[in-house]
Amino acid sequence: MATRRHRPGRTLVVFFLGVAVLFGLVALGQTWKPALGLDLQGGLRITLTALGDPSDENFEEARRIIDQRVNGSGVVEAEVTAQSGEYIVVEIPGSTENRRETEELVRRQAQLRFRLVACGEQSPVNPCASGAPLGRAPLTLEPSDKPGGKKGRNNEPSYTTSPTDTASPTDTASPSDTTSPTDGPAEDPEGEAGPEVRTAQDEITWAASPDQESIALYNSLQCNDEGAVVMTDEQGETVPAPQPDDPDQPLVSCGFRGDTVVKYLLSRSVIEGTELSDASAGIPQGDVKWAVSIDIGNDKDKAHPISPEPWTCDGDGNIVDEDDNVVDAKPAGEGDPCAGGEDDFETISSQLVDTERQFAIVLDGTVLSDPTMEAVIYDGKSQITGDFTEEEASNLANSLKFGALPIAFDKDVTTEDVGPSLAGDQLTAGLTAGGIGLGMVMLYCLLYYRGLGMVVVGSLFVAAAVTYAMVLLLSEAAGFTLTLPGIAGLIIAVGITADSFVIYFERIRDEMREGKSMRVAVETGWARARVTRIAANTVSMLSAVVLYIFATGAVKGFGFALGLSTLIDLAVLFWFTKPLVSWLAQFKLFNSGHRLSGLSRDTLGLDAPPARAATPAGGNA
Amino acid sequence: MGKMSRLGNELYNGHKSVDFVGRKALFYVISLVIVGLAITAIAVKPLNFGVEFRGGTEQKIQVASGVDQAEADELREAIADADIEGAANPSVTTAGDDSLVLTTESLSEEGEDETEAVILDLYPEIDPEQDISVQDVGPSWGREVAERALIGIAVFLVLVVLFIWGYFREWKMSAAALAALFHDVAITIGVYALSGFQVTPAAVTGLLAILGFSLYDTVVVFDKIKENTTTLRKSTESYSDAANLAVNQTLVRSINTSIVALIPIGAILYVSAVQLGASSLQDLALAQFVGMAAGVYSSVFLAPRILVHLKSSETEVVEQARRARARKRALADRYAAVPVFKDDMPIVDGEPAEQRPATGGLPPADEEEPGNRARPSDEALGKGRVAPAQTRPVSQSSSSGRQQPVRQTRSKRGKK
Repeated sequence: MATRRHRPGRTLVVFFLGVAVLFGLVALGQTWKPALGLDLQGGLRITLTALGDPSDENFEEARRIIDQRVNGSGVVEAEVTAQSGEYIVVEIPGSTENRRETEELVRRQAQLRFRLVACGEQSPVNPCASGAPLGRAPLTLEPSDKPGGKKGRNNEPSYTTSPTDTASPTDTASPSDTTSPTDGPAEDPEGEAGPEVRTAQDEITWAASPDQESIALYNSLQCNDEGAVVMTDEQGETVPAPQPDDPDQPLVSCGFRGDTVVKYLLSRSVIEGTELSDASAGIPQGDVKWAVSIDIGNDKDKAHPISPEPWTCDGDGNIVDEDDNVVDAKPAGEGDPCAGGEDDFETISSQLVDTERQFAIVLDGTVLSDPTMEAVIYDGKSQITGDFTEEEASNLANSLKFGALPIAFDKDVTTEDVGPSLAGDQLTAGLTAGGIGLGMVMLYCLLYYRGLGMVVVGSLFVAAAVTYAMVLLLSEAAGFTLTLPGIAGLIIAVGITADSFVIYFERIRDEMREGKSMRVAVETGWARARVTRIAANTVSMLSAVVLYIFATGAVKGFGFALGLSTLIDLAVLFWFTKPLVSWLAQFKLFNSGHRLSGLSRDTLGLDAPPARAATPAGGNA
Repeated sequence: MGKMSRLGNELYNGHKSVDFVGRKALFYVISLVIVGLAITAIAVKPLNFGVEFRGGTEQKIQVASGVDQAEADELREAIADADIEGAANPSVTTAGDDSLVLTTESLSEEGEDETEAVILDLYPEIDPEQDISVQDVGPSWGREVAERALIGIAVFLVLVVLFIWGYFREWKMSAAALAALFHDVAITIGVYALSGFQVTPAAVTGLLAILGFSLYDTVVVFDKIKENTTTLRKSTESYSDAANLAVNQTLVRSINTSIVALIPIGAILYVSAVQLGASSLQDLALAQFVGMAAGVYSSVFLAPRILVHLKSSETEVVEQARRARARKRALADRYAAVPVFKDDMPIVDGEPAEQRPATGGLPPADEEEPGNRARPSDEALGKGRVAPAQTRPVSQSSSSGRQQPVRQTRSKRGKK
C-alpha cells in the first residue's frame, strides 16, 4: 500500500495555490459576474433578408451554415431560426461590443474564389492599361506574344476537350480560328449541347491576354473609396455596378492594398472555396500579422471548372451527367478539367512562379490579397494575408471552414437588442431553490457524517468556487454563457460531486468494519474508491466528449459543461478531499473514534469490544 | 442514527441482506410493468414538442410608447393565462426600445385572433393591422440538431459498451448496463409524456444527462460486484450471493447518493412547478428527477439481476454455485461431532473455549458475546503475528505447539 510517503499538507497547499492562480486570472479579466445567456440577459438580434427567391433547401442550408458559424465552439448558445422562408434571425447572447464584426460574420456569404489577375492598377504586368480601351486588341491575335510566356512553357491551352468552345460569340477580337480559339469569357449555356469545360490552363492563358470586351468593361468601371465597384451612369452619377460574382465570368473587382483602392480585372474562377478542406486562423512563423491558413483539397468530385450544371466530375476524373453516364472520358495531362483543387493550384503556381503575374483571392467579390507565386505549391496549402485583426482572421477562417452560404443576403441587416425571454423572478427563484437544496444536502451530510461532513461541505464549497472561476474565465475567453438550464445543470452536478465523497467515506467505513484503524482505512479505502471513481467518471467524460464532438448547438454546450464539471469533480476529490481526510486522520479527534468524527464505533454500527476478563464459569454444553 | 448505522454494518457483513438478486420474477415484473406503462403513456399521450423543435409563430408588436422588461413579463403572463391553444408556453422578449416579440407554437386563425385580443387588451392604442407583424418561425432545433445528437448518442453507447467490457472484462455487464439504461430512459420519457410538459431543449439536455448518470451509477455497483466476485472466490458464496452482497454493501451508498442528488433537484422542481407555474426550469428538473430516481433504482434492482441472470448459465458460475452449496452443507454439519450432554458426563471447567474448532469460516453464533464487532482481518497487517486461516485440514502437532497442516498425497486428501 502506502510505500510512497503521503504529504497531504503539501498537496493541499499546492491545490490552494492553483485555485489562487485561477482566481488571479479571473481578477485580470476583471469580470466577477458570468455572462448570462439569451433567456436571462437577452442579447443581439440580427435579422437577415434573403435576396432573390431562394429554394427551401438552399435556405435551410444557409440557416445551418450560419448556425455553425455562430455556434462554432459550442459554448455560446446562440439561436438561429428561419422565418417565413425569407428571413434568418440570429440571436446572440450578451451585448456584443463589436457589433459590426458579428454582423459581418453572420451575413458574409463567404464565397471564396481564386482568380487570376489579368490587369491590375498596380500590377507590373498590365495588358489593359487604361486610356487605350481598344488599342491592345491585337494582343489576343498572337498567342506567342504573351507577356507571361517568358518561361517558354507551353501556354497553348489544350482545347481538345472543349468542342463547343468554337462558338465564342463575344470573342470578337480573335480570329475565328475554330480549332484553337483563345478562351471566350462569356458563354451561352443555353445554346450549348455539351459541357463547357475549362481548365486552369485555359485561365492562365486568358489572364495573360484578356479578351477585348473584358478590357472595355474593366476600363469603364471604377472603384470608390470603400472598395466597391461603381460605374458612371448617363447623368454622371456613380452607381454601384451591376456585376454578379459569377465563377464562370471574368470579374472586375476592387481590393485594398494598404490604404489605396486598386482595381483588378480577374479571370474566371480557377479554385472555389468549396474545394477547401480546412481553414484556420493564426500568425504565420516569422510574421506579426494574423493570417488565415487554407488547405485546398484534391477532391475530384468538387473540382470546379465545369458548366452547365448537370455536368459533374466523378471520382475518376471523367465528366458525367446527372445519371452518371460518362459524357467525356478522362483527358490526360495538364489540361484536365476534372483536376482537383490541389492539382489546379499546382498548375497555376508552376506557371506563375518566377513571373510577376499575380493571382487574387477573392471573397464575396472583393479582392482580399493579390500575391505572386514564390514557389510551386504542391500540397494546396496557402495563406490569405491582409490587415486582419485576430478576430477578423478567426471569423474569416470560421466562415470559410463551414462553407459558403448558398444564398446572398441583403446588405442592410436589422440589428436590435432583445430582452431576456424569462421573467426576472425565475432566476432568483431558481437560485433560491438551488440554494435551499444545497443547504439541505450539506445539513444531511453533517448529520450523517458528522466530522467528515465538514469535509463534504468544504469540498462542495471548493468545487463551487473552482466552477465559478472556470465559468468566469470561459465567458471571458470563449464566450461561454450561462443559461437558466445551465445553472440548474451545475446545481445538479453538485449531487454527482457529492457522490464521490459518499463513495469514499462509505469505503472508509467498510474498511473500518473490517477491523482496520482509521488511519489505515483512509488509505486502503482510498485505493478502492479511487478506482471506482475513475471508472465511473470515465463514463461521464465519455458522454461529454462524444456529445461535444458530434452534436451541434446547445447539445454541444451541454457536453462542454458536463465535461467541465466532471473534471472539476475529479480534481477536487484527488487534490482536496483525499489530502484533507489524510491530514485530518492525524488528529486524535478523528483517529480515536470520537463521537463527532463520524467514524466512532457507534456510527459504524459496531459494539464495544468484548470485555476480556470476564470468563463466566459454566458448563460445556 | 444508531439503527441506520447498525443496518449499514449488518448490510456490509451480510448479517442482514435484502435478496435483490434472488427474487428473479418479482423485480423483472416490476420493471417490465413500469416500462410497459411508460411506453403506453408515450403512445397514448405523445410528447408535446415545443417551438424550438417544430417552429411556430412569431408576432412582433410595435408599441410607440416604448417597452421595458416588466411589460414583456406582463404580456407573457397575460398570454399564458388566456388559455389559448398552442400559446400555453409563450416567450416574450423586448426588441429594441419599442417592440415586443411574442413567440408561440403555430397558431390557428382563432388562436391568432385571441392573442391579438389579449395584446389589444394590454395596449389599446396600437393598430393591429400596422403594428403587429406575424411571421412563421422555423425550428432552431430542427432535424440537423436531432440527427447530430442521435449520432453522438450512438457513438457514446458503442464506446461505453466497449469501455465497460474492457474495464470489467465482461460483456455481460455491458449488456446489463445497457438494459438498465433503456429502462431509465423509457421511464423518464414516459413520465415526461404523462406530465404533459412541453419538450424543450432543456428537457432534452436533462435526458442526455440521464444517459451519463444511469451508466455511471450502474458502473459504481458493478465495480463492487466485480470486487466481491473476484476476491471471494473460495468462500461459500455463489456468484449470485456475491453479487447480492455487493448490492447490499453499496445500498447505503446508493441511498445516500440518491438523497444527496435528489434533494437539490427536488427543490428546483418544487419551486419551478408549484411556485412559479410554467417555467423552463421545470422541464429540466422533472427529466432529471425522474431519470435519477430511475437510475438509482435500476442500478440496485435491475442491472445486477440481469447480470446474474446472464451469468447463471456459465459453467464456472454453475460450478461455483454447486461448490458453495456443498460447502455450506459441510459447514452446517460442523457440530455433529460435539458430544451430546448426558447425565453421567464429567463436568470440566475452563476447557470448552479452546476446544471449539479454530478453523475459519462460519463464525459461531456467539451466545455469550452478542453484537456487531469488527471481524478480525484476514490480511496480515504488518505488526504482530496473525495466523492465516487454514484452508486444508490441520491436526495437533506436539513439536511446534500449534497446529500444522497434514502432509498427504493428493489421492488421499479426499474430495472437496
